[in-house]
Amino acid sequence: MSGTYLGMPAFPAAAREAVGNPTLRGNLRHATHTIRAKRAKAVAEVEDWAELREAGKRIKDHTLRHLDTYLERLEESVTAAGGVVHWAADAEEANRIVTALVKATGESEVVKVKSMATQEIGLNEALEAAGIRAYETDLAELIVQLGKDRPSHILVPAIHRNRGEIRDIFRDEMAAWGRPAPEGLTDTPAELAEAARLHLREKFLRAKVGISGANFMVAETGTLVVVESEGNGRMCLTLPETLISVVGIEKIVPAWRDLEVFLQTLPRSSTAERMNPYTSMWTGTTDEDGPGTFHLVLLDNGRTDTLADEVGRQALRCIRCSACLNVCPVYERAGGHAYGSVYPGPIGAILSPQLRGTGSEIDASLPYASSLCGACYEVCPVAIDIPEVLVHLRERVVQGGPVTRAGNKVVLRPAKGHAAERAAMRAARWAFGRPGALRTGQRLASRTRRFHPRTLPGPGRAWSATRELPPVPAEPFRDWWQRTHGGEAGGK
Amino acid sequence: MSSRERILGRVRRALADVPGDDTPYERAVVRDYLREHGGRTVDETVDLLAENLADYRAIVHRCAAGELPSLIAALLSGRGARTVLVPPGLDPGWLAAAGAERIPDRAESDPHELDRVDSVVTACAVAIAETGTIVLDGGPDQGRRRITLVPDHHICVVRVPDQVVSSVPQALGRLDPVRPSTWISGPSATSDIELDRVEGVHGPRTLEVVLVSGR
Ligand code: SF4
Repeated sequence: MSGTYLGMPAFPAAAREAVGNPTLRGNLRHATHTIRAKRAKAVAEVEDWAELREAGKRIKDHTLRHLDTYLERLEESVTAAGGVVHWAADAEEANRIVTALVKATGESEVVKVKSMATQEIGLNEALEAAGIRAYETDLAELIVQLGKDRPSHILVPAIHRNRGEIRDIFRDEMAAWGRPAPEGLTDTPAELAEAARLHLREKFLRAKVGISGANFMVAETGTLVVVESEGNGRMCLTLPETLISVVGIEKIVPAWRDLEVFLQTLPRSSTAERMNPYTSMWTGTTDEDGPGTFHLVLLDNGRTDTLADEVGRQALRCIRCSACLNVCPVYERAGGHAYGSVYPGPIGAILSPQLRGTGSEIDASLPYASSLCGACYEVCPVAIDIPEVLVHLRERVVQGGPVTRAGNKVVLRPAKGHAAERAAMRAARWAFGRPGALRTGQRLASRTRRFHPRTLPGPGRAWSATRELPPVPAEPFRDWWQRTHGGEAGGK
Repeated sequence: MSSRERILGRVRRALADVPGDDTPYERAVVRDYLREHGGRTVDETVDLLAENLADYRAIVHRCAAGELPSLIAALLSGRGARTVLVPPGLDPGWLAAAGAERIPDRAESDPHELDRVDSVVTACAVAIAETGTIVLDGGPDQGRRRITLVPDHHICVVRVPDQVVSSVPQALGRLDPVRPSTWISGPSATSDIELDRVEGVHGPRTLEVVLVSGR
C-alpha cells in the first residue's frame, strides 16, 4: 500500500530528530497538555461515560464480527437512496476509481475535506499525477499543504506549527494557490483564520467536485456522517455537483440509533466539546439539496488483514478521536512525524503495522514506540486495549508467526538478530532515560495486567533492558502522570 | 473476481473464528447509558439550551410569539442587513416587520448569489439542550443546506418548549434519517492554531438563536 513516507527512518531515529527540535517539542507540549486537561473536564460532565464507552465498544465489535453482512446492507441502502457504491481492495484501486470519477465530470480541480482515508491512500498525489488539483480546505490541512509538510496529528494536523510559522506560510505560499494572504497579515489566530476564509471561499463557490471521508456510515439507512468544526466540510458536502466519499470499511455502524453513542463520545474525546460546531448527515442524494451525484468508495487497504487477527482487530474500532495521542508521553516527545504514517501516536503504533505489515523498518519498530503505560487505553472512547495489541505485535515481530497479507495467510519469520530489541532500546533511550520514570512506567505496566504473561521472552526482555539507560530529564512524564491520574474520570 | 467479491471474501475468511450463532445485535449491545443527563423541568431544559448555546458563542434571544416579527426586524437592521434569504415554507409573518429585501431560495441560484446575501432566517427541526445544538433537516421552513452556510449571518428560530429535547439520543429519535441534516453548535470554529478557539471560519460567523414561546 502507499502511505509509507518514502525514505522514512525507523521510529527511534525519526523520534530522536524530533526530540532535538525545541520549537517542535514546545508546540507539541503546549498543544497536548491543553487539550488533555479540557478533555478530562468534558468527559467528567457526563456521568454515564463508562456505559457509553462500553456501548461504543460493543457496537463496533459486533459490527466487525459481522462486517460482511453490514457491508452488503450498507451497499443496498446507499444504492436505494441514489448513491453509487464502489469497492477498492487497495490504495491503488481506490485512487484509480476516484481519478476516473473526477475525470468523468470533466473537472480538473476538487475541494477536499480532511479525511484520514484519502491521506492514507495518497489520493492527492494520485490526482496530481492525473492533472487534477486537490485543494485541502481544513485550516490545518491547508497549513500542511501550503507548507509542503506532512500532518502530525489526527485532529490538529498542523499541531507542530506555531502561529508565527503559520503566518509565514500563508504570506509566502497562498498566492501560488489562489487568493494571496491579506497585506500586513499578523500572527493572531483570528486574522489567520480570516485569511483562510477568504482564500478558500472562492474555491468553494466554484467547486464542482467535492471529496470527503466519513466518520460513520449507517448500514440500516445508508446515512453518512461527517463531524467537523470549521464549516469547510459543509461546503464540500453541499455546494459541489458531485460528491465522492472514500471511507474505510470499518466505519460502519448497524443502525441510526447507534449514532447516539458516538455523537456523545466523539466530540468530548476529540475536541473536548459537548458537541462540535457542525455535523452533517446525508443519505444518498436529495432533490435540489446538495450534490446530485454521490459516489461512495469503500476502502479495504489492509483492513481485512487486520480483521483476521483476533487480538489486533480491535484497532478497527477506532473512531479517530485522537485522545490517545494527546495523553501519550512518547507522542508528546517524538511528534507525529516520527510514526511515518498518517496515523500517528498510540493508534498509529498498532494500526500502521497491521494495515501495512511489518516488512519495513519503520513498521517493525512502531510496536516499540510506547512505554506501555496504558494512558491511551484509559482515555479511548471505544476501549481499545492498545498496550495489549502492542505487546501482541511485538511478539509477532520478534518471534514471527502467521499473519494475513492482502487476503492471504503467510508466516512471518522472526526478526533477524533481535533487531527489534535494539530498536526498543533506542526508542526508550530518548523517551524514558531516567530510571525513576521507568519505574513509574513499570508500575503502570503492572497495572495494565493482561500482557504480562504474553510478553516473555523476547519483547519483555527488550523492554526491561531499557531500564539501564543513561538519564535525561523525565520531569514532563511525571507532570503528566500527576495531572491525568489526579483528575481522571474516564476509567473503565 | 470483482473487488466487491474479493473484499467480502476476505472479510468472511478473516471472521472464521466467529460462530454462526454469535450473539445477535439486540443482545450484543447493552444500552444502559442514560437517555438524558440529570432531571429538569421543561423550563429548566429550555434554560439549559440557552445557556449552552451561549457557551459556544451563539447569541441567544427569547421572546413571545407576538414579538417575533419585531425582534427579527431589529436583528436584521441591527446588522445592517439589506437582503435576507427566505426558505420557501417560512412563516411569512416572521418577516412581516423586516425592511430587508427578501431573497427566495431557488434551486437554480448558484453559490455566488448566495454569497452576496447578508442574512438568512430559518426555523429548525429540533434543539438539544445538553449540548447547545440546533438541528436543521431541510424542512420547508429551513430550506436547503447551503442557505444556512454561505451567508455570514444566520437567525434560527426555535419554538420552545416543543422543539427542545434534552439529549442527543432524544434528538435522533425525532429525526428522519432520509432527510439530510445539519447539526449546529455555535458558529463555526477552529482550534487549529495552537488550539486557540477562533469563531467563524467558513460558516456564518454570527449565529443568533431566537427561542420563541407561545403561538
Ligand atoms: S485509538 Fe481510541 S483514543 Fe486513539 S484515536 Fe482511536 S478511538 Fe481515539
